[in-house]
Amino acid sequence: MWHLTDPLLVIVLLLNFFALGTSRLRAVIGATATQGVVLGVLAVVVEGHWSLRPVLIAAGAIGIKGILIPQLLIRAMREATIRREVEPFIGYVSSLLTGAAATGLAIVFANTLPLAPEHVNSLLLPASFATVLTGFIVLTTRRKAINQVAGYVLLENGIYIMGLTLVEALPFLVEVGILLDLFVGIFVMGIILSHINREFASLDTTRLSSLKEE
Amino acid sequence: MALALIVAPLAFALLAFLVPSERIRIWCVPGGAATHLGLVLWVLHRGEAGDPGAWLLLDPLGKLMLGFASVLFFICSIYVPGYLALRRDRPNRVFVSCLLLFHAMLTLITLSQHLGLMWVAIEATTLASAPLLYFNKTPRSLEATWKYLLVGSVGIALALLGTFFLAYAGLRAGHHPSLLLANLVRDARQLSPPWLHAAFIVLFVGYGTKMGLAPMHTWKPDAYGEAPGVVGALLAGGLTSAAFMAILRFYRICVAAEDGAFARSLMVTMGLLSMAVAGVFMARQRDFKRMLAYSSVEHMGILVLGIGLGGAGVFGSLLHMVNNGFAKGVLFLSAANIHRAFGSKVTNDVSGALQRVPVSGAMFLAGFFAITGSPPFGPFISEFTILNAAFSNGRYVVGGLFLLFLAVVFVGMGTTVLSVVFGKPRTVEGTGELANGFLTIAPMAACLSIVLLLGLYVPAPLDRLLREVAASFDSTQVVP
Repeated sequence: MWHLTDPLLVIVLLLNFFALGTSRLRAVIGATATQGVVLGVLAVVVEGHWSLRPVLIAAGAIGIKGILIPQLLIRAMREATIRREVEPFIGYVSSLLTGAAATGLAIVFANTLPLAPEHVNSLLLPASFATVLTGFIVLTTRRKAINQVAGYVLLENGIYIMGLTLVEALPFLVEVGILLDLFVGIFVMGIILSHINREFASLDTTRLSSLKEE
Repeated sequence: MALALIVAPLAFALLAFLVPSERIRIWCVPGGAATHLGLVLWVLHRGEAGDPGAWLLLDPLGKLMLGFASVLFFICSIYVPGYLALRRDRPNRVFVSCLLLFHAMLTLITLSQHLGLMWVAIEATTLASAPLLYFNKTPRSLEATWKYLLVGSVGIALALLGTFFLAYAGLRAGHHPSLLLANLVRDARQLSPPWLHAAFIVLFVGYGTKMGLAPMHTWKPDAYGEAPGVVGALLAGGLTSAAFMAILRFYRICVAAEDGAFARSLMVTMGLLSMAVAGVFMARQRDFKRMLAYSSVEHMGILVLGIGLGGAGVFGSLLHMVNNGFAKGVLFLSAANIHRAFGSKVTNDVSGALQRVPVSGAMFLAGFFAITGSPPFGPFISEFTILNAAFSNGRYVVGGLFLLFLAVVFVGMGTTVLSVVFGKPRTVEGTGELANGFLTIAPMAACLSIVLLLGLYVPAPLDRLLREVAASFDSTQVVP
């Protein structure tokens, strides 16, 4: 099933660009959800054969990254009655251009490091770095707090792809722990978000600016 | 046995969650802390190490960190019932449970020999401490919690990436990739150097964010400024030290790979930068809790600087971790008492603390002298050891800058502290010392006595342990 890896990773990369270019908040959340499902499928594909462990991991990834976390974000969005704009600090075109530059950089960076023989012609590492960088761009250039959470999820997705190369080093328990930490993290962020919304009547992070040096 | 150390505080966290009475629940914290301390002392006394190759194991570094964290948590736990008794207006179920959960996860960090498991535990401490910051439920504490959670999570995510890089360095070398510390140290020489370098940089940035090194320290002034004092003491003393310990574990792999020089130069640079940034922001700082946050940035810088200098600096840095933790305990707890007595934490409103709250005011002043490295307190000894390491290695520029930044911080911090402590109280409202009582004063006194004791003499078992840990970083480098 290895031959399916690269096409799936191309989908992941395209979803990165979609998340950068869209103006709808809901679409950004949708992109992270779809990415979560693709990553779950990848966990089985990379293993190359059917066995219990990758299937469980895949189910966990799809359940948490593809369903639970997007649901939490959409609920937070609904509560805050924001439906429309992403409101980036920089325009969509420049976002996309930065994303393209980051993806190029990721490919160059992955090629300068010595790769294990089985990953030399694979997209696994470039896609991982590109997704991490995309997560950073979304985190730093968006105004809405929910968007920042979506950026953090993208960042975690990128790291997860890197983890796919290391199945042997990551015991099942640790992998489950990582997924659980991510879920609880987003859950706590969701609680704080709803408090922010109640307190400031907005999820605009530019309002969170009373703490600074005089 | 190792498992019992984690389960004990977890059990108390669950108990606290189930107890219906607010008044009884607050005693779960000292209860859990005392049980934990008892178990830790017993384990340290028996010297039980566990099977090599196990996931949970007490290595010398873990022993040092666990013993230190357990004593600090016990002292702070005495303060908690005193503090919460004054805050009857707030439900404390989540606060008390999360405090004990936080301590259980901190214990797991010290015991983890699997670097993936250690990562899970560090992330869990971040999540458990977020509700602690948000105890006051003001818009400002909300803002601080959001920044803490987001910056902390992103930093820790980077640390996970770095951990994966390290495992990949093993995969690239052609053997079974593993994240067990013992395996990584054993096979360190075969690890692919470019991946090892990349791993250390990413990890240093990631866990450095958790430690609060400049320029990744931005969450710190907000979080420490808005958190209850006792939470500040636990974060500045316990959690940041645990993140430092995580960096040390990765540094040990670099040393074993004979690649320590690269890591050391990075640590010297970042250490000096943190001290400089702290010095700049501490000058004319009017909020004395934010001032303590910058002091924490400075001392985290000193810790990595000491390791970066190598030789005697490693010993000095480990001793400084303990000194800094207890000195921060004195400062944060006394600052909390002053904050409560005046209803403000900016020097515009607060002056004459010695008159209104004589004990807390005096402790705050003594804590200031301790943390800035004045004799006869402990930090003087540890900072002097680090300075000595710089000059005896011929690093005159580093040593000179270290002294300069210490002086700048002393002046900057002194201006704020003196205007808080001396003078006359400007307002009439506010409470006096009596409202604080024994429970909120004894913990400060305990921390101060430990800092003073460590300055006069380092007890033999602690000294032996510190030397043992320092030796584990010294195997391949020339000792001056």
